[in-house]
Amino acid sequence: MGNVSSGQFKTGMKVMIDGDPCNMVEVEFVKPGKGQAFTRVRLRNLMTGRIWERTFKSNESAETADVMDRDMEYLYSDGEMWHFMEPSTFEQYAADEKAVADCSQWLKEGDKVMITLFNDNPIAVTPPNFVELEVTETDPGLKGDTAQGGSKPATLSTGAVVRVPLFINQGEVLKIDTRTGEYVSRA
Amino acid sequence: MNRNHWQPTAEILTLRERAKMLADVRAFFAERGVMEVDTQCLSQAAVSDPFIDSLEVSYSSYPGAEEQRYYLQSSPEYAMKRLLAADSGPIYQLAKAFRNGEVGRLHNPEFTMLEWYRPRFSAQQLMDEVQALVTAVLGPQHWERLSYRELFKRFVGVDPHQATIDQLKALLEPHFECPFTDDRKDTWLELVMSHLIEPKLIEPVLVFDFPASQAALAEVVEDDQGVKVAARFELYAGGMELANGYQELRDPAEQAERLEADDQQRESSGLPRRPLETRLVSALESGIPACAGVALGFDRLLMIKVGASSIKEVVPFGFERC
Repeated sequence: MGNVSSGQFKTGMKVMIDGDPCNMVEVEFVKPGKGQAFTRVRLRNLMTGRIWERTFKSNESAETADVMDRDMEYLYSDGEMWHFMEPSTFEQYAADEKAVADCSQWLKEGDKVMITLFNDNPIAVTPPNFVELEVTETDPGLKGDTAQGGSKPATLSTGAVVRVPLFINQGEVLKIDTRTGEYVSRA
Repeated sequence: MNRNHWQPTAEILTLRERAKMLADVRAFFAERGVMEVDTQCLSQAAVSDPFIDSLEVSYSSYPGAEEQRYYLQSSPEYAMKRLLAADSGPIYQLAKAFRNGEVGRLHNPEFTMLEWYRPRFSAQQLMDEVQALVTAVLGPQHWERLSYRELFKRFVGVDPHQATIDQLKALLEPHFECPFTDDRKDTWLELVMSHLIEPKLIEPVLVFDFPASQAALAEVVEDDQGVKVAARFELYAGGMELANGYQELRDPAEQAERLEADDQQRESSGLPRRPLETRLVSALESGIPACAGVALGFDRLLMIKVGASSIKEVVPFGFERC
């Protein structure tokens, strides 16, 4: 991969910092009227999730990171690795627990997810914003209680536990917002 | 060029505010007997400042003729001082200024600079006038005046004239990783200023007595502690740098030396060397009145007025759409 000079930094650019691929979350050009130019960057380390700020001088550069996001289909988990497939090429990728992280609780076989590849290895898995999952366990629904407050925990087919309204029954399919982990509606 | 991006980056309502501000500024100076000038954007000389890159244009006397290099002004300073030396008296200008490579939330490579010169004014008197002008545009606000030393002491607890590079670096490290070396102390002062102090200066603050090493075209004097300082001031407001003013350097020999020193630094930094404005030295030799001058970022002042967070919201077509 090539180098990119600090003057060309842009939000969303992926670069190598201290050996790890990082995403530029925010880029700000800083220059006093009299004095040197700097580029202040908020970075997120894609391996560790650490977010911090780093300032570059105008003559500095960074190595671009071979990082790309690809849409894939979730196949199955063998207990140790999670397996995904590129639908157009049928190419399969295996992601470890570190890459899948919290996403595992939203993974349903056959669902589309976004896989972040670094040097062709999955380093992060991003679920769709909304998933539809079946309730496998919850207290019996309260008839007639359709809108008024109150909630209870429900366990979903993937093992995730979410707060749901009291009227939800076991076996129902629910729409969940994966960004907040909150119940949205019946599917 | 994206043909779908025809729309302006500023709202028409903001451009109305812009038009009003232009009219307000002109009325302000008309009332004070300051003459409006519009010097040329093109010059045979480039700015010497090693941290400002002039945009180049080529001129040919007919298509295909040999090209001559001209430079777009990075500020109207040189031209306006030549007018002062020609006895123009007090002058102001709403100038288009151009700086290569400067694009960001607070920078557009082409911007509008309000610059004015006041013969027989001290820097203090010019600060009064800057305050009056900004008040005329923005309305009354809480103003403060602090020396560069007082400012640093208040916000980061060090005396900038005494602090070492390591001390300045230690102030930055908890907030910003700066993993480079630089033997130029001003680099670290500029970092502390732009990263730690400037964002906190929301209400207007006039800062004076800058380090002598950051004098640019200002006179160098001694402060009350016997430290050499630049007779230069800056206005900060809305968390950004808004204006830069000087008690203007008038000594032609000193001016020639500073141009030369800038040129040397350009060479040692591997920057393109360009024709220096030697006519400024000649103008000073013929004599210019003792005066103070200031340049104010017109677009940034408008940003504060309309509450914009980016300069492209206050100019009709920001850089990516020009």
